[in-house]
Amino acid sequence: MRDEGTFRVKAGHAEMLKGGVIMDVVTPEQAVLAAAAGAAAVMALERVPADIRRDGGVARMSDPTMVRGIQEAVSIPVMAKARIGHFAEAQVLQALEVDYVDESEVLTPADDANHIDKWAYTVPFVCGATNLGEALRRIGEGAAMIRSKGEAGTGDIAEAVRHLRRIGGEIRRLRALDDAELATAAKELAAPLDLVRGVAADGKLPVVLFCAGGIASPADASLVMQLGAEGVFVGSGIFKSSDPEMRARAIVEATTHFSDPERVARASEGLGEAMDSLETRALAEGQLLAGRGW
Amino acid sequence: MDRPLVGVLALQGGFEAHSRVLRGLGAQVREVRVPGDLEGLDGLVMPGGESTVMSLGIEREGLAEPLRALAGAGTPILGTCAGLIVLDREHLGLMDLVARRNAFGRQVRSFEADLDFAGLEGGPLRAVFIRAPWIDEAGADVALLAEVDGHAVAAQQGNLLAVAFHPELDDDARVHERFLELVRGRGGA
Repeated sequence: MRDEGTFRVKAGHAEMLKGGVIMDVVTPEQAVLAAAAGAAAVMALERVPADIRRDGGVARMSDPTMVRGIQEAVSIPVMAKARIGHFAEAQVLQALEVDYVDESEVLTPADDANHIDKWAYTVPFVCGATNLGEALRRIGEGAAMIRSKGEAGTGDIAEAVRHLRRIGGEIRRLRALDDAELATAAKELAAPLDLVRGVAADGKLPVVLFCAGGIASPADASLVMQLGAEGVFVGSGIFKSSDPEMRARAIVEATTHFSDPERVARASEGLGEAMDSLETRALAEGQLLAGRGW
Repeated sequence: MDRPLVGVLALQGGFEAHSRVLRGLGAQVREVRVPGDLEGLDGLVMPGGESTVMSLGIEREGLAEPLRALAGAGTPILGTCAGLIVLDREHLGLMDLVARRNAFGRQVRSFEADLDFAGLEGGPLRAVFIRAPWIDEAGADVALLAEVDGHAVAAQQGNLLAVAFHPELDDDARVHERFLELVRGRGGA
C-alpha cells in the first residue's frame, strides 16, 4: 500500500525545487553557506566544472565520504553526479541515499552508446539536454527532471540560451502539427511518439525543466527563467566568484523575482567579481562538454 | 463568492501545480511574492518546496507580519509539506503544532499511500509524500485529520488547514475543495 520510487514521487520532487537555485558545493562548509543563502538543493562534487575543465583527465563520481559529509551538514536535498552510462556509480549514489542523481556530461562518459536505465532506480535522475529530442530520450529512459546542458564551467551563458531556445522552439513547432506529422516529428527527433504527442498537447515537457551551464550573475538567472527555465543550477558561478555568499543570495533573489527588472537590478548591486570566465566560442572542440551524451 | 481570489505563495516550490488545481476548481489565482500581493485575497496557499528557502524568502520580503495579519483576520490558509512547516510554532507560529522536517527520510523513502482523511467523503485519498514532515506535537485546538504509521500528517485549526503531503500532485482535488469550502464559507458569513 506504500509505494516508494514511483515516477510521480520522483518528478514531484523536482516540482518542489521549482523557482529555486541548486548550487554546486565541494565541502560541507560551502553546503552550509549555500543553504543559508537560500539554495533549494546542493550538488555535492569534488571539483566544480571550472576546475574539472582546468585539471583535465577522467572526472568520476565523488568520494562517498565527501557526499556523506555534505548530507550531514545540511537538511536541504543533496544531489550528486554519476558519469553518463555508469550505472554502478548511480547504484552507489542511491545506496548513499542522495536525493537526486545527475547523469552528467560534466564527468567523463563511461558508455559511448547508452545512458543509464533510470527506471531501475528508486532515486530520481536529472539529465542534461541540448534539444527536445535529447530531453525526451532521457525522459523515456526514466529521467524525472531535465536541465539544459549549457557549457559548464565557462561562465558563458550563450550555450544555455541556445539550448533553452532550441527546446522551447521545438515545443512550439510541435503545437502546430497534426497527428500524422507528429509521428514524423517523433522520428526526426528520435524520441518516443507518446512523449512527443504529450508535449504537443501540453506545450511543455512532462517533467520540470531547469537551466544549467554558464550562469554567473543574477541577470543570467533572470534571462534563462524568462526563456522558460523553471529554476537554475549554478556550478562554478558562486564559489568561484569573489563574494560567494552575497552572489548566492543575489541569484536566489533574482530567480524568484526574475520578471521584475528592478528587483534583479537591486540584487545585482555590489557583488564584486564574477568567476573567471571562458568564451565558449574560443574553446577547442575537444574542450566542449555539451556534445557528450546521445 | 463564485470565483474567490486565492493567493499562492510563489517564493519557491510547487506553486504552479497548486495554481492549476485551484483554477480547475473555479478560483482566481494570484502568485504572491511581496506583501502587496496579499491585498484582497480570500484565501492563501503555502506550497511545498524547501522550508528553509521559503523562510528566508519570507524574511527577505518582510512577509511574516502581513501573513500573520492575514491569518488573524480569519483568511483561510492551506499549507502543504513545507507550507505546513512554515505554519508551525517554530516558524510563523500560526498553528499550534510542531512539524518534524524530513521525518519520513530522504528522497528514496518518499512514497505514495492511501490515506483515510477525516471528513472527506468518497473513500481513501491517494497521498504523495516527498521528503515529507509529520506533526510531532499539536495543541488542544488542533484537529488531527489523518495519520501514517501513527504519525499525524494533516491538521486543521480554525481557518488553517495543513497537510504533510502534496494534494496538488494528484488528480484527486478533495483537499483543495475542502479548502475552498472554508474560503467560500467565510465569504458568505
